[in-house]
Amino acid sequence: MTTITVTINGVRYTSEVEPRLLLVHYLREHLNLTGTHIGCDTSQCGACVVHINGVSVKSCTTLAVQCDGAEITTIEGLAHDGQLHPLQEGFWEKHGLQCGFCTPGMIMAAADLLKRNPNPTDEEIRHGLEGNLCRCTGYENIVRAVRYAAEKMAAAQAAD
Amino acid sequence: MIPAPFDYYAPTSLAEALTLLQQHGDDAKILAGGHSLLPAMKLRLASPSVLIDINKVAELRGIKVNGTVEIGAMTTWSAIEHHTALAKACPAMTDAVGLIGDIQVRNRGTIGGSLAHADPAADMPAVVLALDAQIHVEGPNGPRAIAAADFFTDMLSTALEPGEIITTITFDSHGAGEGSAYAKFPHPASRYAIVGAAAYVKMENGQVTACRVAITGAGPKAERQPAVEQALIGTDGSADAVAAAAAHAGEGMDMLGDIHASAEYRRAMCKVYTKRALLRAIERAR
Repeated sequence: MTTITVTINGVRYTSEVEPRLLLVHYLREHLNLTGTHIGCDTSQCGACVVHINGVSVKSCTTLAVQCDGAEITTIEGLAHDGQLHPLQEGFWEKHGLQCGFCTPGMIMAAADLLKRNPNPTDEEIRHGLEGNLCRCTGYENIVRAVRYAAEKMAAAQAAD
Repeated sequence: MIPAPFDYYAPTSLAEALTLLQQHGDDAKILAGGHSLLPAMKLRLASPSVLIDINKVAELRGIKVNGTVEIGAMTTWSAIEHHTALAKACPAMTDAVGLIGDIQVRNRGTIGGSLAHADPAADMPAVVLALDAQIHVEGPNGPRAIAAADFFTDMLSTALEPGEIITTITFDSHGAGEGSAYAKFPHPASRYAIVGAAAYVKMENGQVTACRVAITGAGPKAERQPAVEQALIGTDGSADAVAAAAAHAGEGMDMLGDIHASAEYRRAMCKVYTKRALLRAIERAR
């Protein structure tokens, strides 16, 4: 067993973990943060995307021990003070989901995309979400949801 | 899926990593970006009893561009993809890296890890072959450089000796009249290359004076395409000359065939993607 200390959604956790424990299992089973989903479990579907030190990664292909000292953000950490993140709101408003299984990963990947490219074209949104698979929507409303969030975030910034 | 148990070490220097590798020998695997190794461990295709994670070895990261390009083995795809000086010095590298996996894979995957793994459908082997890169390694007998042409020995096999770790990859920056490009037919789900072609050309006084082409994805390992190169050198690099040269792509190679693409189809795509890569490289060289 190895001791790790990680900050997840602003909360510090110190845990004893087996080196082989995957980050996604640590989040879901040790900390009950079940918003991060396990889809394909083979690094292809993106349902398990979280941010490690601000960078989007697949938590099914990362060991928990590798995150010692890291800051992690999961879908549970996006809303603040009961206010949905603009991406969460966008998926709601634009009906960017049907079953919702891929949604946490979609939103976390989209958040990373908007950080690097605050005003993406539809083409860039599609390219930016190529690591996330949705089997319900055909992606149309997902692209609209991300565009909604980009516009809302730009408007909020202009108002500041 | 859960990997078999292993002991985990996270050294902070190359010297420490080499010592650990020496101590644990064949039981140990180096963990770089982990996007080939961890999936293999989850499927129990690999069950090393010791994992030496070199992500904390800062000296193995970074990109230097002047007359020579030097890329640290632990540099991530995303760092390479967004390096503007590198895109100018060697566009084939930037072309290829932007097509690897997806953003999350590129945030973790590393150039050294990919080369050491030598997946037959990985993009980077074709690129380093076309750039005539040197792969620098360090091991129990000190440092040595391996030419890319000697590095890939077979499917998933390289010239790395036990106990050696890749440290840097170096190649020349393009000068006047030089251009390069990478074109690929990606597998639609995994984004691995069904066929990928990397091309480098040098143009002087309207003539192709040097050319290197390599193909990945089609056979058990990435390979240079000497027949294509010889056919193009001495021509004016026109579309006709490129088409005639690209017709030799895949000659003498063993083609892989699977449910995604038959051997015959891969052979046809070798020609198509070689042509595309060459046309782009020539356009950049002019």
